[in-house]
Parts: sequence; C-alpha cells; structure tokens
Amino acid sequence: MKRKTLQNWILLGLVIVLCVIPFFVAKNGSFTGSDDQGTEQIHKNDPSYKVWIHPLWTPPSAEVESFLFTVQGSIGTGIIAYIIGNAHGKRKARQEIQQNAKNKS
Amino acid sequence: MLSARKFKRLLIIVAVAVLLVSLNYPITVHAMHIMEGMLPPGWCIFWFAVAAPFFIYGLYRMRQIVRDSNQNAKIMLALCGAFVFVLSSLKIPSVTGSSSHPTGVGLGTVLFGPGVLSVLGAIVLLFQALLLAHGGLTTLGANMVSMVIVGPFVGYAVWRLCRALRMNRSISIFLCAVFADWITYVTTSIQLAVVYPDPNNGVLGAAIKFLSIYAVTQIPLAIAEGLLTVLVYNLVISNHLWEESALR
Repeated sequence: MKRKTLQNWILLGLVIVLCVIPFFVAKNGSFTGSDDQGTEQIHKNDPSYKVWIHPLWTPPSAEVESFLFTVQGSIGTGIIAYIIGNAHGKRKARQEIQQNAKNKS
Repeated sequence: MLSARKFKRLLIIVAVAVLLVSLNYPITVHAMHIMEGMLPPGWCIFWFAVAAPFFIYGLYRMRQIVRDSNQNAKIMLALCGAFVFVLSSLKIPSVTGSSSHPTGVGLGTVLFGPGVLSVLGAIVLLFQALLLAHGGLTTLGANMVSMVIVGPFVGYAVWRLCRALRMNRSISIFLCAVFADWITYVTTSIQLAVVYPDPNNGVLGAAIKFLSIYAVTQIPLAIAEGLLTVLVYNLVISNHLWEESALR
C-alpha cells in the first residue's frame, strides 16, 4: 500500500516537471496549438487549397473556449473522482465490518 | 472513516487537473486533430468508411463486456471514458514551444482491449467538434482513425508485447499509453502528408515536415500521459475496482 502511494506521488511530481520544463527550454515559444502550425504547413504545400466547410459553431471568444475545455475536463475528473472515491469508501466499510466481526468472535 | 491520506490523494488529482487546465488559460488555439474543412470530401468519406467497422465492433464489444463480465465493467467503462475526456481537454505546453494534448486511450485499452475505445473516443471527438470547433464533423472519421483506432490498437500491441517479455504491469501500461498517444500524431501526420504532398519532396517530404510539427511536440506529452495513466491505474487497483489478475 505504502509503496503504491509513494509511487503515485512520484508520478505526479514527474508530470508537473514535464509540464513546467517547456517554459525554460522554449523560452520564446508562443505555445500555440500544434495543429495551427499544421494548417500553416498545409497552406505552404498546397496554396490553392480552399477550406470547403467551416465548423457549425465556433466558441465566440478564447474565454468561452477555455471555459468549455474546462467543463470537459471537470466532467471527466468528477466522474473519475466519484468512482474511485466510492470504491474507496466501500473498501473501508468492508474492512470495518470484518474488523468488527473479528472483535466479536 | 475515510483515511486522510487517500482522500488527500484524490484531492490532489483534482487539483492537478485544474492546475493543468488553468496553466493553459492564455493559450487560445487548438491542438491536434485535423480541423474542419482541412480534408477534401473524398478523403473524409474514405476515413469514415475505414472507421465505421471499428465503431460497430466497438459497440459489439461493449455489449459483450457489460453482459459477460462479473467485475464492475459498466463503472470501469465510465471511468475509462472519463479519463479520455479529461486528458483530451488538457492542452499541455511542450519543449518545442507549442502546445498539444494527450489522448487518454491507454487505460481503456489495457482494461477492455482496443475495440471499445472507438466508441468512447468517438463521443469525446464529437463533443470537441460540436462545442469547441476542435477537430470537425467532416474530419471526424479521420480523427477517429488516428486517435481511437490506430492509437489503441498499437497501444494494445505494445501492451501484449511487454507482457510477453514479462515486464511488470505498471511499466507495460506506461509504454502502452505512451505509444498509443504518440502514434496518434504520427498517423495524423501521415494522413495530412498523403493529401498535401510537399511540392518538391512529395509525400515523404511532407510527412517529415508534419511529423516535425506534431510528433516531436508530442513526445513529452506522451510521457506525461503514460505517467498519469499508471497513476489512475494504481488507484483503480488499490481500491479493488478491478482485479489485477484479470490483466494478463
């Protein structure tokens, strides 16, 4: 148990390090999306290509877009936290019942 | 009685997820996926045709799993779907000075096999295409092929290979998630290179250019995704949500 907990902390630490390193390595980076660069490359390779269809709906501003991204992330996180929390509670309860049964007998 | 430490662990996961999202607040543009209108109609139809059988197979697999599994399969399917939801919403900066996001398909691939991911992932891609103008409806087929078909199947192959080599489960899952993530972007690069060859160097030249945009940016993110996948896997196992022995 303890070993797994430690492992999880290390994993989390590494993820944070990976997310922070870019700001030091690529100091002048604009950190725009890689697919926008991809779209640029498409225009370079085939300047005559015309985008033939546009999204049905585009978030009206960067704020709204990041809001929706956050909503997406929160929904997912909520579900994961609920499921794991629930299972955790059940496990605890089972252990307690077993403990009580042992104490009685 | 909730042990304080376990509860803290959960809180921290939530905090990190929120932190990662807010870290990327000023970054306005999208990452990965082929955008709406960036593929000619013929190719859109082609990729839909490729994706369709996998999607149907995924539905069939899901039914089978829900019906036959004596473990809490429904809950775990929800968890795997939610994991894809979270990870594909995290736009993470990379060492190349641009940003991209992970895919989150590794966990579901290891627990249920690669088939179900085409269904879980399609939901996420549809959400992003409709609400975020990220990816697109016409390019949905192509994006499905890269993220929720090639990714999981390659990840699964990596998982089987690692297990055959008797690596332990954590390392196998890590590698599965890393490769599933990374190959997604390799696939995207190839999909684009075939349609937009370089004027001088042809398809190969274009592939190298697209790879240098997508695949290089993705390397650190793929590693981060691998680490997060193992973390959630640890939580799943230590709370008895899934029997470790069921993962051969």
